[in-house]
Amino acid sequence: MAQGVSNSNRPAKPPIWNDPVYRALFFQFLVLGGVIALGAYLISNTLDNLARQGIASGFGFLDTTAGFSILMSLIDYSEENTYGRAFFVGLFNTLLVAGIGIFFATIFGFLVGVARLSSNWLLAKMATVYIETLRNIPLLLQIFFWYFGVLRNLPAPRDSAMVMESFFLNNRGLYSPRPVFEDGFALISWAFVAAIVIIIFMAKWAHKRQEKTGQQFHTVYASIGIIIGLPSIAAVIAGFPMSWNYPELTGFNFTGGIVVIPELVSLALALSLYTATFIAEIVRSGIMAVSHGQTEASYALGIKPGVTLRKVVIPQALRVIIPPLTSQYLNLTKNSSLAAAIAYPDLVLVFGGIVLNQTGQAIEVLSITMAVYLTISLLISAFMNWYNNKMALVER
Amino acid sequence: MSEIAIQAPTKEMTVTDDVMINMIGVHKWYGEFHVLKDINLTVHKGERIVICGPSGSGKSTMIRCINRLEEHQQGQIIVEGTELTGDLKHVEQIRKEVGMVFQHFNLFPHLSILDNLTLAPIWVRKMPKKEAEEVAMNLLERVKIPEQAKKYPGQLSGGQQQRVAIARSLCMNPKVMLFDEPTSALDPEMIKEVLDVMVELAEEGMTMMCVTHEMGFAKTVANRVIFMDEGQIIEENEPNEFFNNPQNDRTKLFLSQILSH
Repeated sequence: MAQGVSNSNRPAKPPIWNDPVYRALFFQFLVLGGVIALGAYLISNTLDNLARQGIASGFGFLDTTAGFSILMSLIDYSEENTYGRAFFVGLFNTLLVAGIGIFFATIFGFLVGVARLSSNWLLAKMATVYIETLRNIPLLLQIFFWYFGVLRNLPAPRDSAMVMESFFLNNRGLYSPRPVFEDGFALISWAFVAAIVIIIFMAKWAHKRQEKTGQQFHTVYASIGIIIGLPSIAAVIAGFPMSWNYPELTGFNFTGGIVVIPELVSLALALSLYTATFIAEIVRSGIMAVSHGQTEASYALGIKPGVTLRKVVIPQALRVIIPPLTSQYLNLTKNSSLAAAIAYPDLVLVFGGIVLNQTGQAIEVLSITMAVYLTISLLISAFMNWYNNKMALVER
Repeated sequence: MSEIAIQAPTKEMTVTDDVMINMIGVHKWYGEFHVLKDINLTVHKGERIVICGPSGSGKSTMIRCINRLEEHQQGQIIVEGTELTGDLKHVEQIRKEVGMVFQHFNLFPHLSILDNLTLAPIWVRKMPKKEAEEVAMNLLERVKIPEQAKKYPGQLSGGQQQRVAIARSLCMNPKVMLFDEPTSALDPEMIKEVLDVMVELAEEGMTMMCVTHEMGFAKTVANRVIFMDEGQIIEENEPNEFFNNPQNDRTKLFLSQILSH
């Protein structure tokens, strides 16, 4: 409406080469053009070189037979399987160790972080010593320590440490009985699912009842009871349709049962203990960032310390904790590639190492590997950002 | 300090003989520093006491001892017949009955105004949520901000936040209210809205102890004004006598300083 007026009131436009908008656009196009040109040059140069060395590019190699065995795999795998399947073995091994690491690092980190704030002198000092020692030693050395220093020095399979004739610990790993499911086991699985559904409904009911009558319900104890009780009853009804496959010493090593290889244990231990020190510090700073006035206000209302921690302090501490915690999860996941140093068959060792050496498809293999880590990291990031937004404070 | 006009209480305020708070020979030290020296004070039901004195004189520490946000090291503090000791049961019992309003409001920033008010009734009084919300809305009406119920503390002005803090304490239906410099962190124009709420509370017969430098409030509302210096109660009198005829030299100096400008 008043556009004509405001236009005439505006100062005269600067010449086009001095206008910040056009100037910015010009330089951005210039840079973009440069990047595209450089990329095109690199790609054509690489293709030329590959052609000269007689290496075929493309992803066809994924369908050829791998011909090497892998120490540990979560899916069925043998030498006759393809490189593609070897990739998934490596990927799942990486996800396994990262998952275990994140789980234990989080729990242990929270405990140690709270312990360091404890009024118990001994507990607080022990937490401090733990944090200051382990976070200041390089992770690779810690992995070596657990692997070469501790687990490889266990006795040979013949002299295994033994518990109840069914668990065996030696320098090849920890062997435990493997459950074998027989007909009728489905009933137990269904009982387990039913237990979870019941618990969800019970939690909702308890919440509603507290809103209505104010009475609180011990959901945690009841849940534990249901989750153990229901499947047990089902097991009795079905007549225990399950047997155990025990590990047995045949020749130089054990066969049967489940084996947890020492490479996995040392890697998971080192990753969780190392990352837990950082998480502990993050948790400590998060709790300390909640002003003392918050606790005082809660106490002054007669709210007990436990409820104060749960309803007042932790929700506020979390918003300080989550962003740096995300970085630690990402670090742990990426640090799991140090697995190669002790020959734990993770993605980098299996795919970025063996497959790359055998096929020579460096560009394809490395770009796939990098894309995988990027995807895992972005997924973790996305999840944590979502959680962070949920916890964020409303202001103004 | 500029004085702010406060409506004189309309109803007659009654003081009974029932003892609400009894402090007998209370001492407290922060390390070597002797903060409270032999405090003896009896507060009756319905009494409104204003505590003033220079900073560092122990006023805040004294009222924070009453709900044990601070521990006293010698002497007895008895609230409604229950003595404050290391026994957590007693402490919790007393905290339920004693409301407190802080200088910096200390609202819970992650909870809406309504949730700020209902947290304690739900978790301490085990009140059904619906009932707690009804009580909370009534109190928000009383402090004249029911329309802010769904907002968060960060979205409110200082004066509004302090009124929410008062309502939050009242939700627990306390028998005594402690105010620790409730208007010191507020802009002058917001002080009045908070003081008005406090005056109304006094009219309803609430037992109150208030650390404040609002002398207008002290004159109109208090039954007794207490002057503290260096951890001791130096002078104690009804407001007229206190302001017009102070006995102690230290009190005279303090009053001349805070009333002169």
